[in-house]
Amino acid sequence: MGQTIIEKILARAAGRSQVQKGEIVFCTPHRILSHDNSAAISKIFKQIHAPAVWDPERIFIALDHAVPPPDERKALNHKIIREFVQKHNIKHFYDCGTGICHQVLPENGHVLPGTIIFGSDSHTTTHGAFGAAGIPIGRTETASVWAIGKTWLKVPETLKFVLTGNLKQGVYAKDVILFLIGQIGASGANYKSVEFSGDTVIRMSISERMTLCNLSAEMGAKAGIVAFDETTRNWLDNRVLHVHEDYEPLSADDDAEYKEIYDFNLEELGPQVACPHKVDNVVPVKNLLHTKIDVAFLGTCTNGRLDDLKIAAEIMEGKNVAPHVRFLVYPASKKVLQDALRLGYIEKLVMAGAQVAVPSCGPCLGAYGGILAPEENCISSANRNFKGRMGCKQDTGIYLASPATVAHSALAGHITAEA
Amino acid sequence: MKLEGRVWIFKDNDINTDLIYPGKYTYEPLSHIEQAAHAMEDYSPNFSQEIKKHDIIVTGDNFGCGSSREQAVTCLKYAGIDAIIASSFARLFYRNAINSALAVVECPQLVESLFEKVEKADSTRTDFSLTIDLTKGTIISESRKFSFPPWDEQAMEIFKSGGLVEFTKQKLSGQQS
Ligand code: SF4
Repeated sequence: MGQTIIEKILARAAGRSQVQKGEIVFCTPHRILSHDNSAAISKIFKQIHAPAVWDPERIFIALDHAVPPPDERKALNHKIIREFVQKHNIKHFYDCGTGICHQVLPENGHVLPGTIIFGSDSHTTTHGAFGAAGIPIGRTETASVWAIGKTWLKVPETLKFVLTGNLKQGVYAKDVILFLIGQIGASGANYKSVEFSGDTVIRMSISERMTLCNLSAEMGAKAGIVAFDETTRNWLDNRVLHVHEDYEPLSADDDAEYKEIYDFNLEELGPQVACPHKVDNVVPVKNLLHTKIDVAFLGTCTNGRLDDLKIAAEIMEGKNVAPHVRFLVYPASKKVLQDALRLGYIEKLVMAGAQVAVPSCGPCLGAYGGILAPEENCISSANRNFKGRMGCKQDTGIYLASPATVAHSALAGHITAEA
Repeated sequence: MKLEGRVWIFKDNDINTDLIYPGKYTYEPLSHIEQAAHAMEDYSPNFSQEIKKHDIIVTGDNFGCGSSREQAVTCLKYAGIDAIIASSFARLFYRNAINSALAVVECPQLVESLFEKVEKADSTRTDFSLTIDLTKGTIISESRKFSFPPWDEQAMEIFKSGGLVEFTKQKLSGQQS
């Protein structure tokens, strides 16, 4: 019997030639990612009484969730992390302002095809865009991996999405993945790995594939993976060479066994929106009649990359956001910000009325940087619309959409995907 | 290994980690008591005051979906919850629960039978109890018996050690000796 991508990756990480679905295997990751939660993880790590971390070169920490820290407690949280990093010689530490962990990790060449990336963040699935298995784990488990370098995984079943057809103008990877979540539901891929394939995916850029894999977490997936191809190779070439590591591109066997194969032709798909308060509550934008918005949020690990800023900048060039709208822009990384400055996107966005912030998660997690007031609505390029997610639960609503829909809506003052 | 407790019914599917433990507290180092006080704050505002030690939650599909935040598990544990029975759990919540030695059991038949007892799709504190036998994989609820698939051996080992911290400690000391 042939093997799916996740089966091959787990076999490799466990030092085996094959694994069986449902089997428990012990795996060592290529990198283990954490962020502002590293302070809490370091406390658990202390309780374990490990003499040292297992491998200071494989631990990756980026400060991104509360940047710059809005209060004393969050500043102290960062301080604890810096002290831990120093004490344990953690090699891959990225301080405030470098960007969101899921952006900084691949940008700096840490994600290699065919490897496992563990992350103490639910959107670690993002790294499947590079043919790796990005597998989210909890804090205690992260502390345990820091100590012993491995943890157990159950070999999951795999769902395969075969996506075909050219997307219409104005329709993006975000619309595709929201549509798929709407189809299979918020728990549709629970405990399972997901493979995205088909000509639509093959044509997608790395950034678009990251959007797909990032949101596969919202179907409950353990990992969301796009197989290695020329696009991956071109993207990696400059980055991987500088860290001098080899990688092994893996793809699924033709006779691999899938739990389910879903075929979707996307030629007729229009822009989609996930309405409050569940990510699988998805409707075509055109069904939303005059939903007023107060905040438009462009950024996050889902859609805060250069192509996202470019799409918004081109839509907004020479125009102004609606007078009652706060338009927040959080580039996903310093590199994205630098490129967007150089290419003039930031200027266009600022001229249209954007409030551009330091690369970070911003209001995505509802702790700072643009919290909603009661009864306000937000159109957002993020990945979660849970009640209260943006800091206020009192009659607020978060609508998830593509950067293009966010930009059009910011200009119009209500949700729309048209100029 | 047996657990017995009074039942809370959360008659809903997809109760997410923000409802269990709001995101705004996630990056603040809160004590066990403080965490427990915020448990279910945005879903069942009276929960943290009315809960008794050893209470058991019964709920629908995909409980704990969303974030990887472990406080969603620990706030319930510190509040006194001994076990959660759901039709299904989100993967990360399930794993985090085992790692924190909070019993999580998937038993859709039991959930269905208890959901019939309450009308509103919301949080209800009941006055009846049930018994879970983790080793045998059975639940006794009002003299009806339900069974559920037992955990993987690895999960059971971690649970029995008292959670992953203790488990890893034992592993480390095993390596050294
Ligand atoms: S941008 Fe939002 S979803 Fe992404 S890592 Fe940050 S808080 Fe999480």
